[in-house]
Amino acid sequence: MNNIIVLPLIIPIMTAVILVFLRNNIILQRIISLITMVFVTAISILLLLNVEADGIMKIDFGGWLPPFGILFVADSFSLLLVITANIVAILCLIYSFSTIGFRHENMFFYPFVLLLIAGVNGSFLTGDIFNLFVCFEVMLLASYVLIALGGEKVQLRESIKYVLINVVTSWIFLVALAYLYGTLKTLNMAHIAERVAEVGQDPLITTVAILFLIVFSIKAGLLLFFWLPGSYIVPPTAVQALFAALLTKVGVYALIRTFTLMFPLNQEVTHTLIGIMAGITIVLGCMGAMSGKDVYTIATYNVIIGVGFILIGLAAGTETALSGAIYYLIHDMLAKGLLFLLVGTMVYLTGETIVKRMSGLIQNYPLFGWIFFIVLLTLTGMPPFSGFVGKILIGQGAIEAGSYVLLTIGFASSIIVLYSLLRIFLASFFGETTVSEEDKKPIPKGVMVSFILFTIAIIYLGVGAESLSIYVQDAARTLINPSIYIDAILGEGI
Amino acid sequence: MRKVNDVILRTVVKGVVLIILTLGVYLFFSGHNAPGGGFIGGLVLGSAIVLLYITYDIETIQRKMPFDFKKVAALGVLLATGTAIGSLYFDVPFLSQTDGYFNIPFLGEKHLTTVTIFEAGVALTVIGTLVTIILSISEDD
Amino acid sequence: MESLMVVLVGVLVSVGTYLILSRNIIRIILGTAVLSHAVHLLILTVGGLKTGGVPVLGQKDGPFTDALPQALILTAIVISFATTALLLVLAYRVYKTNGTDDVSELRGMPDE
Repeated sequence: MNNIIVLPLIIPIMTAVILVFLRNNIILQRIISLITMVFVTAISILLLLNVEADGIMKIDFGGWLPPFGILFVADSFSLLLVITANIVAILCLIYSFSTIGFRHENMFFYPFVLLLIAGVNGSFLTGDIFNLFVCFEVMLLASYVLIALGGEKVQLRESIKYVLINVVTSWIFLVALAYLYGTLKTLNMAHIAERVAEVGQDPLITTVAILFLIVFSIKAGLLLFFWLPGSYIVPPTAVQALFAALLTKVGVYALIRTFTLMFPLNQEVTHTLIGIMAGITIVLGCMGAMSGKDVYTIATYNVIIGVGFILIGLAAGTETALSGAIYYLIHDMLAKGLLFLLVGTMVYLTGETIVKRMSGLIQNYPLFGWIFFIVLLTLTGMPPFSGFVGKILIGQGAIEAGSYVLLTIGFASSIIVLYSLLRIFLASFFGETTVSEEDKKPIPKGVMVSFILFTIAIIYLGVGAESLSIYVQDAARTLINPSIYIDAILGEGI
Repeated sequence: MRKVNDVILRTVVKGVVLIILTLGVYLFFSGHNAPGGGFIGGLVLGSAIVLLYITYDIETIQRKMPFDFKKVAALGVLLATGTAIGSLYFDVPFLSQTDGYFNIPFLGEKHLTTVTIFEAGVALTVIGTLVTIILSISEDD
Repeated sequence: MESLMVVLVGVLVSVGTYLILSRNIIRIILGTAVLSHAVHLLILTVGGLKTGGVPVLGQKDGPFTDALPQALILTAIVISFATTALLLVLAYRVYKTNGTDDVSELRGMPDE
């Protein structure tokens, strides 16, 4: 029985509920949430090894066979992302232990983080598109609370916009689901893929596909990212890092899943559109990153550039490009999480957000400074760090697909990323220190532990890319040949 | 604050709340083979409690019903996920349900299902959420 | 019947859109509620109206109406219930702290 697949969803939910009863015992809350996350990560790794050995696994809820019931599917692509998401969550939790403050911890901060993780894991693992909507909503509801938690004036102001935009987006998601159900009479992703393959992707189905593209683009911050810079700045640092690492990436996952599995037939329309959107996203993101004066703006626009770059891989659509996109997705989750934690710590240490008003951080905090330098290199895509493999593979895929414009934009964006982060590095880390040795705030130990673990993960992903390559290649092969996925779900006979 | 003469409201509510609660329980149990169920039953039960809060003041009701409704909601979720995850123990697919006919003294043969436990969890969650929302809006006036 | 429902959905969507475009937060929230009702009706309509008996045990023998749209709508109703409730509480807090319910005044200043 494959019940183990459901554990990454159900264990965080149950732990979150149990933590509600332990409201007053904060130390216990910390320990339990950390143990839960480590346990879930271990289960996901076990699942990945299983999938590698025996092929795609699935669990039909309540014994209702597909296409009638809902189900969870574990393939290499979703499991790689589940593992990365959980690792990022563990490291953000470690960071938050020493920074988030009593007020948040007492107001159910850990339960909501766990619910967020449950939603993210569910979105990655589900094999039913309506279930994807439900998991999205679980994740979003937790994120609404996390963004507003604290109740400061700015936070509430930005959070109401964030919530409204997401409510309207979810509404469009439902409209798209209604039309999809009306045309194909099924909601099981594999079954949809099969029906689309049978009847061909006529204009109506392509329209539905474009509706899904709009929905997931808003969630992922692809072109429709107008909501992102405002709302990602307001919550506490640990929450920012979680959002930057996870929320947009779930949208990216949904885009990749939708357009490789369900609607892969009309690539002239859909994939061209994705390519154009990715290109414009990168250009606009670069403009934002170059013009930003404060560290938060620069960091958020870097998230947007990252999303655009991953989707070049989807637009190119070859096997190499997709494996590049998977590598880069994993790298981006880790690197953006760390970037936001570093930026938040800079603001905490100096009390400033404007780049030019900080100076000489590396003299007071040498290790902190060099970790920032490593992040800078990895986001630019320097070997041997984690961004390199993904960039090279996406580039190779773009050449195979002949999309040279996207290739140029993508690699030019690396230079802009380098410029924007190097500006922070030169202005804030080098130069004369304004704080004397006695006045400097110490960096909490938990924060440094989290930074160091993040850095180890990034270096491992870069140096040990080879050890991951069998999983990534398996994931890319499943994405490029949807029939592997469909056969695993529906069986050969149907 | 001016004392409002609400004798009629208080008298009527005493009777009406009982009727609403009965309807809520009826809807909850009828949910298995007919329209109804945990969500609707929970909404009706929750609205009865909210009606009590509106008619009498919050302190009076808190004294008579000393629950933290956030914890009621949490208990509901725990119950619902608990029945779902119980299927792991019996090695059947997640969320599986089972039922059976049991002979209960005085009541005769009854049809019992595990779905009812799940539905009870849903109902508790709905009651808890509903009351928490109303209270969190009304508390800081 | 289906075409009538589609017209109704259209009316609801236009009402909801009108409300969402206004500046008052409460009107916007009401707009999202109306929109969610519209999409629930849409799901019901695309599933086909009254194509058979009631899909409840113990009623007559088949054919039954497709029960899936109703399950979807119930789920969507619960979710929109939760979101709307959260939005109302949040809007109330925003009104308390920012002192306004006009979204154009919630734009925020770049020098904050």
